[in-house]
Amino acid sequence: MTRTPDPQSPSPSPSPSPSPSRSPLAPTPSQTVGPFYGYALPFPGGEQIAPVGHPDTITVHGYVYDGAGAPVPDALLEFWQAGPDGGLTGAPGSLRRDPATGAVLGRDGVGFTGFGRVPTDADGHYVVRTLPATAPAGRPAAAPYLAVCVFARGLLHHLFTRVYFPANEAANAADPLLSGLPENRASTLLARPDGPARYRFDVRLQGPADGSHDGAQEETVFLAFR
Amino acid sequence: MAPPAPHLPTQAHISSEIAALHAAAHDRAAGGPAPDHPARDFTPYRSSTARHPRQPLVEIDGLADPEAVELSGPAFGVTDVTDLDADLTRQHAGEPLGERITVSGRILDRTGRPVRRQLVEIWQANASGRYAHQRDQHPAPLDPHFTGVGRCLTDDDGRYAFTTIKPGAYPWRNHDNAWRPAHIHFSLFGSAFTQRLVTQMYFPGDPLFPYDPILASVTDPGARARLVAAYDHELSRPEWSLGYRWDVILDGPSATWIEEGRL
Repeated sequence: MTRTPDPQSPSPSPSPSPSPSRSPLAPTPSQTVGPFYGYALPFPGGEQIAPVGHPDTITVHGYVYDGAGAPVPDALLEFWQAGPDGGLTGAPGSLRRDPATGAVLGRDGVGFTGFGRVPTDADGHYVVRTLPATAPAGRPAAAPYLAVCVFARGLLHHLFTRVYFPANEAANAADPLLSGLPENRASTLLARPDGPARYRFDVRLQGPADGSHDGAQEETVFLAFR
Repeated sequence: MAPPAPHLPTQAHISSEIAALHAAAHDRAAGGPAPDHPARDFTPYRSSTARHPRQPLVEIDGLADPEAVELSGPAFGVTDVTDLDADLTRQHAGEPLGERITVSGRILDRTGRPVRRQLVEIWQANASGRYAHQRDQHPAPLDPHFTGVGRCLTDDDGRYAFTTIKPGAYPWRNHDNAWRPAHIHFSLFGSAFTQRLVTQMYFPGDPLFPYDPILASVTDPGARARLVAAYDHELSRPEWSLGYRWDVILDGPSATWIEEGRL
């Protein structure tokens, strides 16, 4: 009596078992972020991941391009990285709120949450300021990287990629992902030095239709986790 | 009345493309497991054509690299959310127009473990089908008492709850006479960055389902059904609001899975 499914509708969402089970539950499908997330998801200081005035702060910036080489003005990038000590727990406070007004104040400028979120501008450009990527504490010799999740209107399921840094030459050479890729593919994951403490990292959602490996238009390597 | 759109494909054309892609997906699955997520190159959704990768994704095996940064994820806490954020009907001086509803459910990972103390974000159109976004040109009224943005943290059972207004359907320019079924956008975090999910929750019995290429991008009917909330009379409150229940299962491995052995 509690739930009578409408015959026109697909069956209602399943009621998952409350206790952990060994047979995996079927996941909820992804849907596009659409065009109107702009007043909901971005928050003040989302791109300012590094503590204010931290001397090690680096700038990572770039463009998101579509398959026609046009900049994507309605993409949203999220960044996640290990803490300076290699910790992977993160910390709350990215969206810190004003308890009196409810307004989003953003970070306190002292702590490091490890999380950033930035929409592309009208010209498809983004900028984040963060601390250099660090390897997880459990694997200190690993090649450090920033984990990135890309959302966009027109993208039905988000895409994961990584930003590696060229100065970590030896660690990058031993990295299981980078070392397993052809050079032209691996290079899409390497930030390019672009001034003091500044790096360029573009995201190309789609390479040329003919599959030609023109380095300038190489599709970014995207990842699936199993 | 909207101006005619002679250069846009017709609904019949889009619907025939959807039917062909669904038939092909059904044949490919051939009784085996069907994909849970949309194909990124679902051409009836025209904006996807230049925004999907052509190369296969590169697989990362969590067991082979259990320290991968993505197997953990961002944390949120009481500083990030205020008590009023989960009630979208109380964000302005007056009350919004429309049908007051509550939407509640649980966020679990694929092992059935609740996602505790994590951030859930929603955004939606108002009762007339208009977003409080300057790019939304649909000539339907804005509601000065409704923004359509909410947040909450899940509790220790992985439960979330929002009070809001049932959003309206709205037109878009994917094709001629294109209308989106009413939906609420959801953004969800799990215990790992791999479990990140942005999706849309639909309402049961919406007659626009068969016409919508975004919902149809999920080619398996069983998977599509998981995007549709259930009307739950137990969640309805007398003289106040109608209740919908929608549980979410986050995909993707996490460090906790790997420590405890695979599924």
